[in-house]
Amino acid sequence: MTLTLTLREQPDVPLEADALVPDRLAGADDIAALPLWHGKERTRVGEFFAVSGSGDDVRLEGDLSRVKLVGAGMTAGRITIAGDVGAHAGAGMRGGELHVEGDAGDWAGAGMRGGTLVVRGSAGRRLGGTYPGERAGMRGGEIVVHGDAGAQAGAGLRRGLIAVAGRVGDAAGLRMLAGTIVALGGLGPRAGAGMRRGSIVAMAPATPLATFVFSCTYRPPFLRLYLRRLRALGLAVSDGQIAGRYERWCGDGLELRRGEILILEDGLERPEADRRHQIAGLDAPRR
Amino acid sequence: MKLHGAEIVDTFAEAFPMWGARVVITAATPAWALEAGRSMTGFATSVIGCKCEAGIERELAPDETPDGRPGVSALLFAMDRDGVAKRLVERVGQSVLTCPTTACFDGLDAEEEVDVGGQLRFFGDGYQASKVLGGKRYWRVPVMEGEFLVQERFGAVEGVAGGNIIMLGCDSGSALRAAEAAASAMRSVEGVIMPFPGGIARSGSKVGSRYSALPASTNDVLCPTLRGQVEHTDVPPDVESVFEIVIDGLALEPVREAMRRGLVAAAESGASHVTAGNYGGNLGPHHIHLRELVP
Repeated sequence: MTLTLTLREQPDVPLEADALVPDRLAGADDIAALPLWHGKERTRVGEFFAVSGSGDDVRLEGDLSRVKLVGAGMTAGRITIAGDVGAHAGAGMRGGELHVEGDAGDWAGAGMRGGTLVVRGSAGRRLGGTYPGERAGMRGGEIVVHGDAGAQAGAGLRRGLIAVAGRVGDAAGLRMLAGTIVALGGLGPRAGAGMRRGSIVAMAPATPLATFVFSCTYRPPFLRLYLRRLRALGLAVSDGQIAGRYERWCGDGLELRRGEILILEDGLERPEADRRHQIAGLDAPRR
Repeated sequence: MKLHGAEIVDTFAEAFPMWGARVVITAATPAWALEAGRSMTGFATSVIGCKCEAGIERELAPDETPDGRPGVSALLFAMDRDGVAKRLVERVGQSVLTCPTTACFDGLDAEEEVDVGGQLRFFGDGYQASKVLGGKRYWRVPVMEGEFLVQERFGAVEGVAGGNIIMLGCDSGSALRAAEAAASAMRSVEGVIMPFPGGIARSGSKVGSRYSALPASTNDVLCPTLRGQVEHTDVPPDVESVFEIVIDGLALEPVREAMRRGLVAAAESGASHVTAGNYGGNLGPHHIHLRELVP
């Protein structure tokens, strides 16, 4: 059975809807009476939403682009947003599934601990990112974006998977600690700045920061698992990407240099001189 | 009881619990996967002499493996859970990690688990890295070829070891053909291995020996050459050769099914008698009677 909440009118200022999680909705005697914040005013779900049906499969309808924190902290169940959603969707979620059929605002999946967040459109800045004052951002779970993602996706990422079918904005994986970011449509500049560990994967040509050092071109065995998983989640991953060769750039040299940026080989032959450097064990030349 | 002309002796195989694990090995080609599987399951015929029993269960198509490459699944059995863990670390470390292009995954979804990749990661000397996907942790160990990927934890279950059938033949050729047919039929059963070379042992043993240092020695009552020398023999007058197939499985039912298929195949392929080995019912809790296997 599906519980449907339909937004009746656009809020004047962003509506904080952290009550809209299956955990709270399923146990509520009167869903319409659950509290929300409309700016600095305390209000109720029933003031903005028409409620019908029941269950932990929740469907939100209407233009929710000014509704924040939908699915934040959820631990189970499923929420489907039939359109756009505002900032912080799925922030800190620990389980369950959050599906956004339109675009998601900034901070989607920020500080996420588990579960799955799927955005059929594009995501804003700081996707799966870290909040100011916190060192670690996302610590588990999976985020799949079928469109593009804004700047600083995966900032402070500690564990988990962020996959973007389109292009990822500036400074993806900023100061990330571990985890994996896959950018099927390519990376913006300054990817991996300050990263300590973890993997950033780019399927289009990219230029790592000067503090990253080229290691080799190879077929990372773990990537086959990840890409097959993303294909199962509905992303268009080609056989060539699964079986392909990737340049491995190690960095950030300003930190531990235990992280990596993997860039799908563009088919260009590496100059012979570069190969000689590798064989001689000299510092790897920058490309 | 007769089946296709073969005498089915009214006796039973006595099987006992052993802990088992399933290892999935993938590689760039089926040949390299098989090479690694053979190496990992080599010298693992009997827990008495090899500390474990292991064998290749079957080859795997790319769509059956976690990374979409060709592979093999192998089963390994030891007397307890810790034994499985130790043998896996040794054998995956020496035979799979070292083999070109391979990766190694758990093939069981079991509640009990043992740490394998978490031990092998130290070969990376600090350069190893881990990945967590779908709640499972994998270790990436840098090696000269590139990178070895191994799952951290492998499932372990209490399985069944010591299932067996013994085939007797009027000459060594017909006895071996019957044993080969039986082993081939058994390979079609999932969840079992036959740990001896080609699945067949020519040297079945009895418990103990006149030499105190030996825990097992030749099964003299089934040795045709001793028929005129021992006080009691189980070798009929017209029999000149005897082979045994030992079956280990992840559960009792696959062992029974393998014995059933093997028994029928042996009878169809020229065995004069089919019997089974037991210890008078005193060793293992699982008694698999041959008469119950006859169709």
